[in-house]
Amino acid sequence: MTLVIKQEKPKSTFSKIVEIISTMASRPSGLIGLIILVFHVTLAITSPLYAPHDYKAIDPSLMLQAPSSEYWFGTDSLGRDVFTRTILGGRTALTVTFFGSLIALLWGGALGIFCGLVGGKIDDVVMRIIDAFLSIPWILAMLLIVSLLGTSTIVLIPALGFFYGKGIVRVARAATHDVIAKDFIVSARARGHGNFSIIWNEILPNVRDAIMVEGAMRWSWMLLGFSSLSFLGFGVSPPTPDWGLMISNARGLMSFAYWAVLAPIFGLSSLIIGINLTADAFAKALGIDRSTKAPV
Amino acid sequence: MQQVVQEIKNLSIGFTSKKGEQISILKNISTTINKGETVGIVGESGSGKSTLALAMMGYVKHGLFTISGECIYQSNDILKMKNRELENIRGRKIAMIPQNAGQSLTPNLKIGYQIDEALRLHTNFQKEDRDVKISELLNKVRLPSPEIIAKRYPHELSGGQQQRVAVAMALAGSPDLLLLDEPTTGLDVTTQAHVLELLNFIAKDTGTSMVYVSHDLGAIAQVSDRVIVMYSGEIVLDGPVRTILKNPIHPYTYGLLKSIPKLTLSGLPNSMSGSQPQPGTIKEGCSFYDRCEFAEDKCKINTPELEFVSELNTSVRCFNHKKLHKKKDEDTKSSKKVLRKLTKNEILDISSVSISYAKQKFIEQLLNKIDDTNPTVKDINIKIDKGETLALVGESGSGKSTILKSIAGLIKAKNGIIKFDKNKILSNDLKKRDANYLRAIQLIFQNPDESLNPNHTVEEIVSQPLKLYFGLSGNELKQKIIEVLKKVRLGEFYLTRYPRQLSGGEKQRVAVARAFAAKPDIILCDEVTSALDVSVQAAVLNLLQELKVDFGTTYIFVSHDLAVVKAISDRVAVLYQGRLCEIGPSESVYKFPSHPYTEVLLGAVLEPDPDIKPKLVAEDIVEEKPPEKGCSFQGRCPRLLGQICKTDVPPWQIDENGNAIRCHIKINDLKNQQTSN
Repeated sequence: MTLVIKQEKPKSTFSKIVEIISTMASRPSGLIGLIILVFHVTLAITSPLYAPHDYKAIDPSLMLQAPSSEYWFGTDSLGRDVFTRTILGGRTALTVTFFGSLIALLWGGALGIFCGLVGGKIDDVVMRIIDAFLSIPWILAMLLIVSLLGTSTIVLIPALGFFYGKGIVRVARAATHDVIAKDFIVSARARGHGNFSIIWNEILPNVRDAIMVEGAMRWSWMLLGFSSLSFLGFGVSPPTPDWGLMISNARGLMSFAYWAVLAPIFGLSSLIIGINLTADAFAKALGIDRSTKAPV
Repeated sequence: MQQVVQEIKNLSIGFTSKKGEQISILKNISTTINKGETVGIVGESGSGKSTLALAMMGYVKHGLFTISGECIYQSNDILKMKNRELENIRGRKIAMIPQNAGQSLTPNLKIGYQIDEALRLHTNFQKEDRDVKISELLNKVRLPSPEIIAKRYPHELSGGQQQRVAVAMALAGSPDLLLLDEPTTGLDVTTQAHVLELLNFIAKDTGTSMVYVSHDLGAIAQVSDRVIVMYSGEIVLDGPVRTILKNPIHPYTYGLLKSIPKLTLSGLPNSMSGSQPQPGTIKEGCSFYDRCEFAEDKCKINTPELEFVSELNTSVRCFNHKKLHKKKDEDTKSSKKVLRKLTKNEILDISSVSISYAKQKFIEQLLNKIDDTNPTVKDINIKIDKGETLALVGESGSGKSTILKSIAGLIKAKNGIIKFDKNKILSNDLKKRDANYLRAIQLIFQNPDESLNPNHTVEEIVSQPLKLYFGLSGNELKQKIIEVLKKVRLGEFYLTRYPRQLSGGEKQRVAVARAFAAKPDIILCDEVTSALDVSVQAAVLNLLQELKVDFGTTYIFVSHDLAVVKAISDRVAVLYQGRLCEIGPSESVYKFPSHPYTEVLLGAVLEPDPDIKPKLVAEDIVEEKPPEKGCSFQGRCPRLLGQICKTDVPPWQIDENGNAIRCHIKINDLKNQQTSN
């Protein structure tokens, strides 16, 4: 018996990642998203090196200056440079929400896969508890946690991670349900593999993509959530620059010092748009696009 | 002069690849469909037959486009029509019957309403006339009591009934041309035979032209007047059904016909090597060159054109067709079958096993009360010898897969004992089974797309049992994997492939390799060839047979296809509604006397020969549940004896060939009745 030989080189993980990124960049929306995201991340990492002014230097004589060659984005009500504060303002938000969504991804994914696999009564009970948590307004619960335990990042990251992981539980569980009935799972069971081995070897590779895309989506939501907390005064404590806090401080003066509000709004919304576009392109590149055309 | 219904001129349909190349799926198709004619289009998956059928309706799938050519209906090219114009043709003039009627009917609308909708769109009848017409149509497709059927929802009908409703809907607009895309593929053998017979009747009665697309030459033989054979997007053979099936002058059709298991043949069919080329890979020469046993050098360079052979009234795309003109089927009798070694070495003993899907209530569980007196599978007693191939045969719902799963421990048997290797009792709970017994029994599934993890490479797939049972790792593991792959005729370079990069036959080989890697004593095969193309099926069957000889493995082979079963098994057990009807050596099961159910099944087998018509002895009613009392087959039995069949469980009788039959009719009476007609 002769077989047609189609020799192909095996792909390394690195070349797979390169391939996924280049597929993402091949669409305009994906390219724009990636550029914005990379820009923000680079900015967050490097901005302390070239920030033109001291972010906490208060100077009453420079109060509410309009944008000029010295103060590109003008100054705020305390005379601080808005440009400096804007390019530094994403650092905390990005760090907190990145690690927050990582935690959400881990516990949400693990619990979702577990529930999907075991099913039955345990699944029922866990999902009803998740439903119950979903009905609690998260911002109220967050405010309660923050006022009890303080606003340090050690508190914020796990708290945000917990509240944003609930949605991932549902996605991971649904994705697991899709593969659980397939014969390769039955085959692994019949061979006598244990639950952990089935999750790790058979289920995880098939649900990983869906969970990662969901995690990326949650990241942008969490960013908005974190900024809302800062806006309410429960996120970052002054004088650390943060977009939510900056919007909150400057919003009363919006009618005559619009620049102090516009700059952080632009920073925040461009980052969220960037993450959303990237997540969308990521989903398309992995082939789990939600907006494919119907076959007819 | 025959009236032409549709004419296809030089049609090419294709897509643009990622690299910007134009790749054809259909290449220069030209043919005509005459009035009142039934044309069968045959080909393996990927040959472009469905794309052609859809193009005949003026539909090109998303992502594909017409490269050249036209599809002429009433002197207009329907491929260039606007949607508005097509609305007047589709359903009214050209209707389509899809493969899976269960999915094509809207689940939450009643049958009557759906047919009414078809009539409203495609005819000018008034409301009162339409009601009469609905009954008429349902009568025409031979559905009992149309008034009741019209009030039902699709899920309340059986698969065969759903397919009949789809036929009725297609007939609503009295079309000139009916396109059927694998209309009987998902149906049980007896139902399939009935639906085909109905289609034949409709073709004669209404004079509608039909285009019947199928991979099944048996079904094509029953309905078509003319057959078009497609390979790799080209028509390779086009002619009258008898010429094509009895004197195939294209090497592909010749090989294909030889690779079909037939009831008249003993032993395994010859397999065809290789697989169909991917679209766009053949740049020059004959697309069948790689697999052709008559190929010459010129076939590789020159592309053959479709040539009309007037003496056979057939068009053929082959340089060497003259060689095949005279070649008769003198070499079809293969004797590859290995006779069973008569060693009485029992390896599996299934005694009085019953399986129930009924869920016990919580309180009953506590009281340990068993209330299900009518389980899905009941009283199965089978002893299997080492090195034997036992086939379990039956239609859907016969419990054959259920029995297989209970042997594997995936379903808990409610009663009964399964003994392995004479005296070791297998627990009915998978988790309590010893790892060695788990290793000894391996499963191969029907669909390799589902049974192989799409995110694992072939190496990872085959390594699973090796790591689990033998604890191999590193270089030793890799060597073992290569060795196992070699046994299923796959080279080392397959290690890094993912299942999606393999063809159907290659995937099933990987599944076979995974099962054999565990060095099992028993392999449970669940419809392993049903999802494969005919030429690949023969190759997989041959492989299984060779491996059996090499390793002395025991197979339990579940299938609905009696011809496949005949080719591979030593012993056959026929099941109906979870009860054994007949069990015996395969040669004698296929001979009379038979259990009436076996007789019905044998009658419904479709041979790829237009002169052998199926014998329809029983109605194709589908029973939801096995009867509480008496014989399991009482509801459909054509030879019902009387009250005794409804009250008493029939006794086992053994005929002269060692064939055990469970029937109230005396074995000699049964033989006389069956041989007389």
